[in-house]
Amino acid sequence: MTLTRRLSEYGLALAAIAALIVLWELLCRFAKIPIWLLPAPSLIVTALGEWLHLLPAHFMATLTAVFGGFLLALAVGIPIAVMVVYSPFLRRVIFPVLVTMQSVPKVALAPLLLIWVGYGLPSNILISAIVAFFPIVINTATGLDSVEPELLDLTRSYDSSALKVFWKVRLPSALPFVLSAMKIAISLSVIGAVVGEFVGSDKGLGYLIVNASSTMNTALVFGVILVLSLLGIMCFYLIAFVEHLVASRYLYRTPVAQE
Amino acid sequence: MAALISVRDVQKRFTTRSGGSVTALDRTTLDIAEDEFVTIVGPSGCGKTTLLRLIAGIVPASSGEIVLKGSKVLRPSREIGMVFQQPILLSWRTVLDNVLFPIEMLGWPLAKYRDEAMRLIELVGLKGFESARPRELSGGMQQRVAICRALVADPQVLLMDEPFAALDAMTREELGVELLRIWSERRKTVVFITHSIPEAILLADRVLVMTARPGRVVRELKIDLPRPRRIEMEHSAEFGRYSAAVRSSITSSRMLAAAA
Repeated sequence: MTLTRRLSEYGLALAAIAALIVLWELLCRFAKIPIWLLPAPSLIVTALGEWLHLLPAHFMATLTAVFGGFLLALAVGIPIAVMVVYSPFLRRVIFPVLVTMQSVPKVALAPLLLIWVGYGLPSNILISAIVAFFPIVINTATGLDSVEPELLDLTRSYDSSALKVFWKVRLPSALPFVLSAMKIAISLSVIGAVVGEFVGSDKGLGYLIVNASSTMNTALVFGVILVLSLLGIMCFYLIAFVEHLVASRYLYRTPVAQE
Repeated sequence: MAALISVRDVQKRFTTRSGGSVTALDRTTLDIAEDEFVTIVGPSGCGKTTLLRLIAGIVPASSGEIVLKGSKVLRPSREIGMVFQQPILLSWRTVLDNVLFPIEMLGWPLAKYRDEAMRLIELVGLKGFESARPRELSGGMQQRVAICRALVADPQVLLMDEPFAALDAMTREELGVELLRIWSERRKTVVFITHSIPEAILLADRVLVMTARPGRVVRELKIDLPRPRRIEMEHSAEFGRYSAAVRSSITSSRMLAAAA
C-alpha cells in the first residue's frame, strides 16, 4: 500500500472518530445530560488535566503489573510447554489439567489471590500472569510440535543429541508461534492487571477507576479508561514490533495463534 | 562386485494402536553395489519408506540384518545422506546455512566445509542464491538445496524418498537428469524411491518392484540403456519394453494380492 493511500484510509477513520467526538460534545451540551451520567469530552480532558500530576505513578504501577505478569507467564509457560512436548507422560497429565483450568474464568480468582498473596502489586502480577499463561503454553507446545516428522528423521540420521535438535530445530520452529502467542498474552495481561487493581490495590489505573467511580467522578473514569487504552495499545504494538523484527529477519509467515 | 548395502532377510512389523501387528516389510533380501543407482517402485504402503528408514538406521529391523560397508547397521551412519519428498529446509536459515546444517548437527568444523557447500550449490545451479531464504526459492530450487544438504558430509550412500513427487512434471524431468549428472560427478550409491515408472527406468541401473501388504520385492529389472541418459530415451522401443515389464509385475502382484 502506498503512503498516500494509507494516509487517506487512516484519515477517513480519524475523521469518523472526530465527528463522533463532536457529536458527543454537542449532545452533552444541548441535551443537558448530567455530568455524572455522561460527561462531555471537553470535561473529560479537564478532569485528566487536574489529575495529570498523579497519572504517571499510577500508569507505571499498572505497567509494572502488566509486564511483571507477562514475563512471569513466559518464564513459567515456555518450560511447561517444553516438558509437555518432550514427555508423553507429562502431556497426558498436564494437558487435561490445563484444559480444565482454562475453563475457569480466571479473573474470578482475583479475590482468592488477594487472600493468598496479599494486597497490592504481587497479587496484581499474579492474576495478570495467570490470564496470560494459557495461550503461551498452548501455542508454544503447538510450535514445538510443528516440526515435520521427516525433519526429525533427518536429525536422527545424524545421530544428533536431543538438546541440539531442541536448540537448532524445535525452538526456532516454535519461535513464530511463541511471538504470536505473546501478542495475545500481553493484551490479556493488561486485563489481568486491571482486574487485580480493581480488587485490591492502592495504586494503578484500575485503582484510580474504582476510586473515581466511588466518588461519582465520571469524567475521571472516562479519562483513565482512555489512558488505560493507550497503555494497552502501546504494549500490544511493542510486542507486535518485536514480532515484526524477528519475522522480517527470518522471513517466515506469521501463524495465527489460538486463544 | 561386493555389495555396499546388504539387506538380509529383513522384516519390519509395527504394532497398531488396537494392539494388532502390521508387517510393513516382509522378509526382504537384496544387495546394492557400490556406485549403483537403484530405484524402487511400488504402490503406496508397500514398505518402500520403511526400507529406507531401516537402511538409514533410523528404525531397527524386527528380524534379519542390514550390512553397510561390511558392518551391521545398528544406528544412523555417517555414510548416509537423505532426501525426502518435501525439501524440509529450515525457513529461518539461508541456503548456505541449510546446506551446512548436517555439518553443524554432526559437530564438525563448519569452516572446513564452507567451500564444499559452495561447490555443491554451484553444482546444482544455485550459484548466487547462497544467502537466499527457502521461501524465496521455487519448489524445484528448494529440492536442489535439499540434495546439497544430503551431499555435504560426503556420504557414500544417498537415500531418496520420492524426492521429485511434489514437483511439476517439467521440473521433475529436469531434476532427474540433473541428479544423474551429479551422480556421475560425485559417484554415490543411490537408492531412489518413486511412484513413477518412467522415472524409475530412466534413472536406474536396476529397478526393484515392490508390492504392498506385506511389503516385499517381487521383481528386479536390470536397465541396460546407455549412459548418459536423456529424456528422449523414454520414447525408445527398449524403454517401452522395460516399462511394460515393470507395469505387468505391479499389476500381476496386485491381482495375486486381491486373490489371496
